[in-house]
Amino acid sequence: MTTTEEAYKEPVKKIGDIVLDVRDLRTYLYTKWGITKAVDGLNFHVREGETLGIVGESGCGKSMTALSLLRLAPKPAARTVSGQIFLDGEDILERSESEMRFIRGQKISMILQDPMTSLNPVYSVGNQMVEALGMYYDGEDNKSLKGRAVDILRKMGVAAPERRVIDYPHQMSGGMKQRVVGAMAISGTPRVLICDEPTTALDVTIQAQYLRLLKQVQEDTGVAIIFITHDMGVVAKMCDRVLVMYAGKIVETGELRSLFKNPSHPYTKALMASVPSMDHAHVEKLYSIEGQPPALFDLPVGCRFANRCEFAEPRCLEAYPPTYVADDGHTADCWLLEGEGQWKKAADTVA
Amino acid sequence: MEQDILLQAQDLTKYFPVTKGLVLQKTVGWVQAVDHVNFTIPRGKTLSLVGESGCGKTTTAKLILRLEQPTTGQVTIDGQDVHAIAGDELKKYHTDVSAVFQDPWSSLSPRMRVRDIISEGLIVNQKVTKNEAYERVDELLVQVGLRAQQSTLYPHEFSGGQRQRLALASALVGNPKLIVLDEPVSALDVSIQAQIMNLLKDLQESYDVGFLLVAHNLATVRYLAHEVAVMYLGEIVEQAETNELYDNTLHPYTKALFSAALTANPDSQREEIILRGEVPSPINPPSGCRFHQRCPYAMDVCSQEIPVRKEMAPNHFVSCHLY
Repeated sequence: MTTTEEAYKEPVKKIGDIVLDVRDLRTYLYTKWGITKAVDGLNFHVREGETLGIVGESGCGKSMTALSLLRLAPKPAARTVSGQIFLDGEDILERSESEMRFIRGQKISMILQDPMTSLNPVYSVGNQMVEALGMYYDGEDNKSLKGRAVDILRKMGVAAPERRVIDYPHQMSGGMKQRVVGAMAISGTPRVLICDEPTTALDVTIQAQYLRLLKQVQEDTGVAIIFITHDMGVVAKMCDRVLVMYAGKIVETGELRSLFKNPSHPYTKALMASVPSMDHAHVEKLYSIEGQPPALFDLPVGCRFANRCEFAEPRCLEAYPPTYVADDGHTADCWLLEGEGQWKKAADTVA
Repeated sequence: MEQDILLQAQDLTKYFPVTKGLVLQKTVGWVQAVDHVNFTIPRGKTLSLVGESGCGKTTTAKLILRLEQPTTGQVTIDGQDVHAIAGDELKKYHTDVSAVFQDPWSSLSPRMRVRDIISEGLIVNQKVTKNEAYERVDELLVQVGLRAQQSTLYPHEFSGGQRQRLALASALVGNPKLIVLDEPVSALDVSIQAQIMNLLKDLQESYDVGFLLVAHNLATVRYLAHEVAVMYLGEIVEQAETNELYDNTLHPYTKALFSAALTANPDSQREEIILRGEVPSPINPPSGCRFHQRCPYAMDVCSQEIPVRKEMAPNHFVSCHLY
């Protein structure tokens, strides 16, 4: 049988220096209803070999964040109005569009949710890979590029890649197509890999194979992964650190275990309580968050979660809460943490 | 155990022909989508079918909804064979059995008002006037957590979670005995999923309606189902009462499937069994036990003989040579 399954060892995590440093990123969409603040002042970083999870409900700005990092947010509606994105120390928001073409793929790349929409149905898998590889390896002939494509497919666990490269996307199963998309994403040996719900469309058994593969690739190449998902199970399996987003803002961040053991923002608590468990029988009803997130073009002045929060106080409606930091680096934006033991107001927030 | 049986599937089988040629079509093989499946659903209870894509869950649901004719075997609801019904009896069947599908964006007509969508089944299948039907719609909207005043709106004016509530309202309109739920929450956001799951439980209690739940999220299934059947390549390989199955998985496929599901706990110490390869083609399924090629415990006998269904614990059935 193939080598990946038997004798599997959990890869050893080697976390290095900061690769991607995002500061005060704001991407707004200019629509007929007004300015939609999809990404509203994000600060975060990812280190080499680290996996950062971004969780939240649909419409909270997760995918818009990912697209902003690649400078692919839909134009002309979307504009990154402020902020800096330092990739290996240089601000990519300062680069020209033609320079970005070389940054995408070789410095930062992305795997999307639906593999079928990322692949061109009328070209064979090999052709599509060679097209991108031709850009990364200037001046190489087609034959050696095809050889590279085969090697990368093998790395992504595609069985018999020599035969698979001449296949078209429709001849492959969903899991196999997603492997091909993954192979394309890592073919330029990027420093940062953004995965936007890569396994949502896959069966659980195939999902397990795929997640294991991503970890393996990370161990081999030291790529930093930003993992966007709404599945808490995937987060628990994959991530080292987690950002929780709500209505365009980061409401809580923390190391994986710290966040799961000690969720501190009411939204994170509610999100975790609303997921049923398969480890024990259910006697009580599931907790559910009533209501809907606010419209991003008509945001309240105060805390954006206040109208759905069961602990909301008058001050929550009046002003956006400052960020509080705990000793282990866990942060949360919530008024309720004021004066609570280990929580201290972060120095750089404007209350 | 004496139970009031609502639905019984006996030896249910569906083969789809694989044809070759354009004019002179020849059948060259059969896709064995559902193969000799047996199960029952007691009144007011939930049976869930779980398994990977292509295992026959949806085909089974379609057979119960009369959207497919079985190759052999039968489905009976309250003793009546659903595929033998004709004429006025059919109208009764359509009020007794309804369905809620995965995608609330495509299951509601965009050109009809909510009250017309919901009351359509009632007006077509039962002798009620429009006004009576609308009254019933208002009552239902409140029960599914919406407001009666919203009955004149169009579906596009609702969010995904609200649309799924509308789909539920239209399934409930004729006081059905059975609702087929095909992935009812998987297209919704996490926080909305919890709302809909709670609603499903409440409605089951107040209407005493049976559910056939098709889902692939095992946590959802544990929360909603009373009994679970695990399907693999068209066959039920293991079946038991929910908590019994989750606490004591027997079949190697069930074990692998359950171990692949991720729990929202970073310190979960569950042993992870990763299966080799993918589900084989149902056109020529493997001989003997259909799982033997991917099974970590496969023996010689597994590729030669079809395993017999055994009862390992009360109402816990498994088809595997290991037992």
